[in-house]
Order: sequence, then C-alpha cells, then structure tokens
Amino acid sequence: MVNAAKPIFSRIERILIIAAGLSAVLGLTGLIVQGNLDGRLTVAGAVIVLSVYLGHQIIVKSRWSCGTLFTLASLLATVILLEKLAPGSAKETSPHGWGYWFLVIAAWLIAWAAVEQFASIRTLSTAVQWFLRLLIPLLFGSWLLLGWEFVTRGLDVPQVLLPAPSVIAERFGNSMPILWADFKQTFLKAVLIGYAIGCGAGFIVAILIDRSPFLQRGLLPIGNLVSALPIVGVAPIMVMWFGFDWPSKAAVVIVMTFFPMLVNTVAGLAASNAMQRDLMKTYAASYWQTLFKLRLPEALPFIFNALKINSTLALIGAIVAEFFGTPIVGMGFRISTEVGRMNVDMVWAEIAVAAVAGSLFYGVLALLERLFTFWHPSMRNSGHA
Amino acid sequence: MNVNNRSSVISVDNLSLTFETRDGPVHALSDIDLDVQDGDFVSLIGPSGCGKTTLLRVIADLEQATGGSMLVNGVTPAEARINRAYGYVFQAASLYPWRTIANNIALPLEIMGVDSATRKQRIEDNLALVNLTDFGKKYPWQLSGGMQQRASIARALAVEPDLLLMDEPFGALDEIVRDHLNEQLLSLWAKTNKTVVFVTHSIPEAVYLSTHIVVMSPRPGRIHDVIVSDLPRERSLDIRETPEFLKLANRVRDGLRAGHSYDEAV
Repeated sequence: MVNAAKPIFSRIERILIIAAGLSAVLGLTGLIVQGNLDGRLTVAGAVIVLSVYLGHQIIVKSRWSCGTLFTLASLLATVILLEKLAPGSAKETSPHGWGYWFLVIAAWLIAWAAVEQFASIRTLSTAVQWFLRLLIPLLFGSWLLLGWEFVTRGLDVPQVLLPAPSVIAERFGNSMPILWADFKQTFLKAVLIGYAIGCGAGFIVAILIDRSPFLQRGLLPIGNLVSALPIVGVAPIMVMWFGFDWPSKAAVVIVMTFFPMLVNTVAGLAASNAMQRDLMKTYAASYWQTLFKLRLPEALPFIFNALKINSTLALIGAIVAEFFGTPIVGMGFRISTEVGRMNVDMVWAEIAVAAVAGSLFYGVLALLERLFTFWHPSMRNSGHA
Repeated sequence: MNVNNRSSVISVDNLSLTFETRDGPVHALSDIDLDVQDGDFVSLIGPSGCGKTTLLRVIADLEQATGGSMLVNGVTPAEARINRAYGYVFQAASLYPWRTIANNIALPLEIMGVDSATRKQRIEDNLALVNLTDFGKKYPWQLSGGMQQRASIARALAVEPDLLLMDEPFGALDEIVRDHLNEQLLSLWAKTNKTVVFVTHSIPEAVYLSTHIVVMSPRPGRIHDVIVSDLPRERSLDIRETPEFLKLANRVRDGLRAGHSYDEAV
C-alpha cells in the first residue's frame, strides 16, 4: 500500500516514452504520406505504437516485460528502416524524407527506453546480474552500430569518410584469410611474444632492483629514460636491428611494456605495511619466504594494473611499428597500405579486429585479476563477500 | 628469587635505547632493569611515549638496544628470534586478506616448516581455543574486529611459544569485547602456563591480568615501579569489585602519578 504512493515513473522515463511514441507516429505518418509504406509494414508500425503505449501501461508492474516489449518495438522499427535501405526498394523514387528520420529517432528513443528499463532492475540473483551486465551493453552497442548504419546510409556519406557498418561487415566476411594472416602476424606473434617478454623482464628486473640498492639507484632512472623514448623513433631503429619481420615489432612492444611493469612491481613490492613485515620478522622468515608469502601477494593489484595497461600499449606499439617497414602482412601494414588505396572499409575491418582482440585480451586479464585479487578492497563487492 | 625453581625467561640489565633524530637524540628507554620468570604474566603500563612498546619490541628483536644487555631464554634477543622463542601479537590483527582465517594461522607454521598434518591439527586446536571453530574458512575482512584479533592470537599461539609478547592487543576494541577477551586470555594462560609480557595503558586490564605490573614513566622511558600482585591466579571478572583489586589499582595509579605520567606533556 505504501509502495503505491511512490512515484513509479521518473520524469526522464515519462518524457522518453512520450517522445518515443510521438516520433514513431510522426515517422510512420511520414512514410505513409510519402507513399512509402506497404500493408505489411503498416501493421508493423501499428504494433510499434501499440507496444510503446502498452509498455507505458505495464511499466509499473514489471520492468522486465516493459523492457522486452520496448526492445521488440525498437527491433520492429529497425526492420522497417532496413527495408527502406535495402537495395531495390523505393529508395530511388523517394529520398529519405522526414518520415525516415523520425522513425530513426523513434527506434533510437524506444531502444533507449528499453535500456533504461533493464538498467533500473534491482536483483540479488548473481545469474540475473550477470545476464543484465551482458544484455545492457549489448543492446546499447548494437544500437550504436544501427544508428551509424542509418545515418551513414540515410545521408549517403561518402565511403572514404565513413563506410556503413554493413559495408565493413561485408568486407570483413570477404577478407577472412587476409585478416587472419594479419592477426597471426601482428597479434599472435609480435604482440603476445613481445608482451610476455616485456612484462616478464620488467617483473624480474623489479625483483633484482628490490634486492640491490645499487640497481635501484642506477637502473630506475635509465628505465625512466627508456619509457620516455617516442615509439616513432624507436620503431625504425628496431627494424634496422631486428629486420622487417615480427621480431622487430616484438622488440618495440618489449620496450613499451617493460617500464610500466617495472615501476608498478617496484611500487607493489613496497606496498606491504611495517606491521606485516614485522610479523614476518618475528617468524624469522627468510627474504624469499617474505617475498612469496607477503610482498608478492600484496603487489598483485599493482602487477595486474601494469598487465592491463600493457595489453593496450602492446597492441598500439605493434601496429604502429609496422608502419616503419614490414613484410606484406600484418595489421599495421594493411592499415597503412589500404588507406593509400582508399579502401577505407578494409581499414575499418582491421580496426574491428584490433578492437575485438584488444578487448578480449583486456577482458581475460580483468577476469584473472578478479580471480587473484578478490581479497583487495576494490574487488570485495563483486562476487565473494 | 627462584623459590619455585623457576627460571628467568627475560632478564634485562641497565638497558637503554636512544633514537637519533633530526631534532637530536630521543631517549626512548633508559636504565631498564627487569626480570621475567617462567610462568609470569607481566604487564607494562604507562602513558604513551613511556617506551613500553619499544621495550617489547626490543625483547622481540624488532628494535635493537643501544646500551646495556638483555637475555631472552639465556641468549640475545636476535638469537631468540631466530630460534622462534616467542609469539607476538600486534596492536592490529594484521591478518593477510588473501588467506582464510585457517590459512592465516597456518602461515607461521608454513614458514617454520611444520608438516601439513600437524599444521591441520594446530589450526583446529587453536581455532577452538579462541572460539572461532566455525570461521576457519572465512576471510579476515568477513569477520568483526574482535574476531580478527582473536584469530591473530590463535596465529601467535599456533607456533606453541613458551613466551607470548602482546602489544596492546585489545586497545582498538570496545570494552565489552575487551572484557570477554581478557577473561579468555587469562584462562588460556592458566591452562597453558605460558609466560606473557603484555603492554597496555588500561589500569584495570593490567591489574586484572597480571602477576607483575611494571609501571613505566616517560621522558626518558624508564621503569618507575614493579608491583607484585597478590591476587590468586584463578580470577573472574568479578574480582574487579573487590577491595584487594581496588587497592592494587590505586597503587598503580599512584605509581603512574609519582612517575609524572599525569603531567601535561611539555
């Protein structure tokens, strides 16, 4: 009874839904006026408007059903829009008039309302939380892509400036072998090998520095210097030293990843507090026992930080290094040559590969971090406690 | 002295410790003479800055004296530490957050190379001793402050030291938990007959727990008086209402006052 008095809609939700419904009606009217909507699509349009109205009614009872309804409505609008964009449709006779654009806005607003509904679901079930954590960015991301598609094709943006996602996807599908070869060359060889050696060396040197004050005074400033070297200066030199193939790119990655790992590990090894170290001293623990049982676990959050920073640095380093001399394979090579040939869709396909590979790389590291540093105050809220 | 054929666990002779600081030397300890016998419960009491924690840290070889001598179990503090002669309980629990309570208790045992069967047995025994049997699988940050401190005591006891050094172990806890832990500590001491050196700045705590109360005074840190308690070894919390207890507490208070412990710091 008390709940009934609570305002169910937020003001934003109310404005959003009214605007979405209005745009849908306007868009459909526009398409009908322009003689651009056949019977099948008219039914679909009616369903959209009805869904928004119904969603408005049931929002009180269940954000789940409301969110689902809105998602479906947005999907229907998308179908109509894609139909309009399809080659061989009435596109030639009627350029994308105001009906089209209102429907784009409507589809976007309805999708927004759907995400708004899902995002405000509060639940204690971990499985549902995980599902929502995947669903919301998925809806959001796919709408970003669709919006891109509708705008680039609706405005007939020149391909060289910005190709539509569908064009990029088509190019992607047709160039699988090339993309795979590039990925193998750049990511599986240069990035991963360089990353492993760079991070490993940074870690080992950090331990050596920890053991020896002499190294601490001599090596850290030099490391600092190395980290300040510009990659565009280092890359050509590495190509001269290690040749055109992937080892020179791995060398660039090593140079780039070494220092962040070194500095973070050194900082992490100093992170344990005096009382914890005194405790080990009262046990008469050896240097290595203290290292493995206290100082390295305490340093793990720092080390994972470096691993995550380095995952992005390594990818950038390897791709840029390929601009300075490479065999005729590799993501950086492909980007630089295809830009020269105005094949921007291929450039975007490579960017997509890099983005997906980089995100997965980062994601795996973030998962490992969660697994190993679950005890750290910054991680405790998620999962364990 | 050795009426009961008891041996001296800690003997301190004219010990002093001076810290060199930028503002000149600080005399943390001076002219310390102390004898702790096997089975004693010795409390070091005094205001902050009287050197009571420093003295405990010298016994543990966490600080080194700059003058005089000290023997722990008949050897130097450094050798005693290497021999793992004592268990130390800090002001904070200082449990490692990545280890469960049981694994925290196992930590010193792992370091000392105790085999896993013995380790398991000792974890179980000591968890029971501090009433944490069901909490072995929990992480420290899932427990209350009092439970964490109990776990840290279990960790110190797990190495089965004859000497227990405790540095204001209950200082950060509320009075209810503190009373409870004091009672548990006393029954533990009675059961195991360990030697305990206990730093505190609470007069009732010192009087309730100790066989000997060492009253210290600041600037420079020195021992003002050693009060031998005539209370029975077996005590309940109710003893704090008796005239004998209050008389002892007054003696301690007088000692602190005479040592200028109540003066304003200059």
